Amino acid sequence: MKVRLRELQPFDKEAAEAAIKHDHGLHPHDEYLKPGRIPHIWCPGCGLGVVLTTFIEAMRRKNITPDQCAVVSGIGCTGRVAGYLNMDTYHTTHGRAIPFATGLALAKPDLHVTVFSGDGDLFAIGGNHMIHAARRNVNLKVICVNNFNYGMTGGQVAPTTPLGAKTSTTPRGNAEPGFNLPHLAHAAGAVYVARWTTFHPRQLVHSISQTFDKTGFTFVEAIAPCPTGYGRPNKLGAGLDEMKFYGEHSEIRNGAPPGDAEIELRGKIVVGTFIDVDRPDFLTSYNSRIVSAAQAKGKQKEKVKIA
Amino acid sequence: MAHKDILTGEHFIHGDAACAEGGLAAGCRFFAGYPITPATEVAERMARRLPEVGGVYIQMEDEIASMAAILGASWGGVKSMTSTSGPGFSLMMENIGLGMMTETPCVVVNIQRGGPSTGLPTLVGQADIMQARWGSHGDYGCIALAPSSPQECFDLTVHAFNLSEIYRQPVFVMADEVVGHMTEKVVIPPRRELTVVERTYPNMPKNDYFPFESTGSLPAPMATAGQGYNVHVTGLTHDERGYPVITDIVQERNVRHIVDKIRKNAEKIIRVEAIGLTDAEVVLTAYGCTARVARQAFENLRDRGHKVGFLRLITVWPFPSNLIRELAPRVRAFVVPEINYGQVAYEVERTAQGKAEVMLMALMGGSIHTPEEIEDAVGEYL
Repeated sequence: MKVRLRELQPFDKEAAEAAIKHDHGLHPHDEYLKPGRIPHIWCPGCGLGVVLTTFIEAMRRKNITPDQCAVVSGIGCTGRVAGYLNMDTYHTTHGRAIPFATGLALAKPDLHVTVFSGDGDLFAIGGNHMIHAARRNVNLKVICVNNFNYGMTGGQVAPTTPLGAKTSTTPRGNAEPGFNLPHLAHAAGAVYVARWTTFHPRQLVHSISQTFDKTGFTFVEAIAPCPTGYGRPNKLGAGLDEMKFYGEHSEIRNGAPPGDAEIELRGKIVVGTFIDVDRPDFLTSYNSRIVSAAQAKGKQKEKVKIA
Repeated sequence: MAHKDILTGEHFIHGDAACAEGGLAAGCRFFAGYPITPATEVAERMARRLPEVGGVYIQMEDEIASMAAILGASWGGVKSMTSTSGPGFSLMMENIGLGMMTETPCVVVNIQRGGPSTGLPTLVGQADIMQARWGSHGDYGCIALAPSSPQECFDLTVHAFNLSEIYRQPVFVMADEVVGHMTEKVVIPPRRELTVVERTYPNMPKNDYFPFESTGSLPAPMATAGQGYNVHVTGLTHDERGYPVITDIVQERNVRHIVDKIRKNAEKIIRVEAIGLTDAEVVLTAYGCTARVARQAFENLRDRGHKVGFLRLITVWPFPSNLIRELAPRVRAFVVPEINYGQVAYEVERTAQGKAEVMLMALMGGSIHTPEEIEDAVGEYL
């Protein structure tokens, strides 16, 4: 068969370079941002910029360079975080950031692998991966930006949407309760569990920087305003109003049992660092139990051969 | 190290074990999988062998996660593989697409069983051949190899790793239950006699590296996480830097690159076993376990003096279209036995362009053809 194609327009390396030179360096965090990727796609008033900044601040605080990190994202507004960070970044399929990151972290155990994704991505389509990675205690830092809805697709109900809340697919209010994410992460086996809102950037920086010192599966939930998808139908005002709302409704209770962190529409939001424990991560356990046994057996065999 | 990664010597093992040993010999050091009949033995062998040779085996929560994990490990600079059968292969399709779009080398072994759905878990099928080609959404190039023996399970798994590194994409080993569970002699050659393609890493300055550039119909070298190139890897349509660009212009470049790297190199990739084609009036075309029976039928017919040819597809994809096109005007018919209701037979019919008859000898799964029924079918054209 004959194939007729349109003429290809080649990649213009010079134009791409010129665009980078024009803009890159203007932002105070440009060292950590991928050249030529800003401006971002997020709505005015969105909380994602705050969470991204707190991640960068945490890296700074811990003197961690971009070469020591990799970020893996799923799909959605938070899924776009990966593309803005100037390090090795992987924007994977919907819900699959954690299993992709599991492979990456096991292949490159010296890297700090962070999964940055949204509540829908991590807890609906990716829920099973999330609980199993926590159970295995894979050395991953999961940062879940929770905006209580699917923002990218225009504000549909999510596994975190509180009972009664309105979204584009729950126009008469949500008939289901939402997940209590810290409780779920804790029950599944995470060694570090914290929740803050974007009203608490200092605490977020503190928690994220603490996770850089942990080996194993850590979970930080960052509650973020989504004025477009969630704030408007639930009459929470503009982005700033929604952030203030979360701030005012927060109750800091470090060390609280994660079961107390249930969220209700217009109810209080328990925030804090809930869990900070230690147990061997997947690779430590695999190496000490499996690899050492397998290799000891090999040595034994060799001894027999020599004898 | 006390344990050997390449078990040089003669072995009496089944095809599943040979796939695992082929992977290890090719340098695979990461396996993520999920139990499924009749492919479980591949995972079991890997679970035992990988920790002996410094690798990692992980049993994931499902095949979706297995496929995602081997892509992640591959970007971590480790050769990786998974194995499955029909239902798991269906689940893997999503991240196979991600592997194609992000040009990530890895190997997926499919020990085919009867389908659709749960079908015949313990019995043979060959009905995933078109799924391998078209199963994930969107356009991409496909490489699929079909071993006919445990020996080939070893050889072709090594070869699949090599092709996956050269063309930077997931490569399929499309075995079947009969070949996977068949125990035969497998000769593993010494290391120096094995061709193993190692990954090409970039070594140019950061500003000159374009991880998704097409260089003469071949992919660019692949940077490993932490190597310092700060690569962005996305399943979105992306430019040569890996940056997402949602335009028709970039889509045109992106998709044509991932299709053309296979299409334009097809003749280099295609492998067939061809016997008696020069004077053949009827050509038996088969692959996998079916090719073993077809081979017997071919020999019986030749012994009786019939001008029959034998064409075994070692690569099912890319399909040897040029060969079929060239043969069609000078043969009477192609007889295609396969354990499905018509997959490769359609491809033969399409490329023969009406210049030769095509007969599909279809079995729905659960059993293999007999040489006698193939001889009988060929007899229609003699």
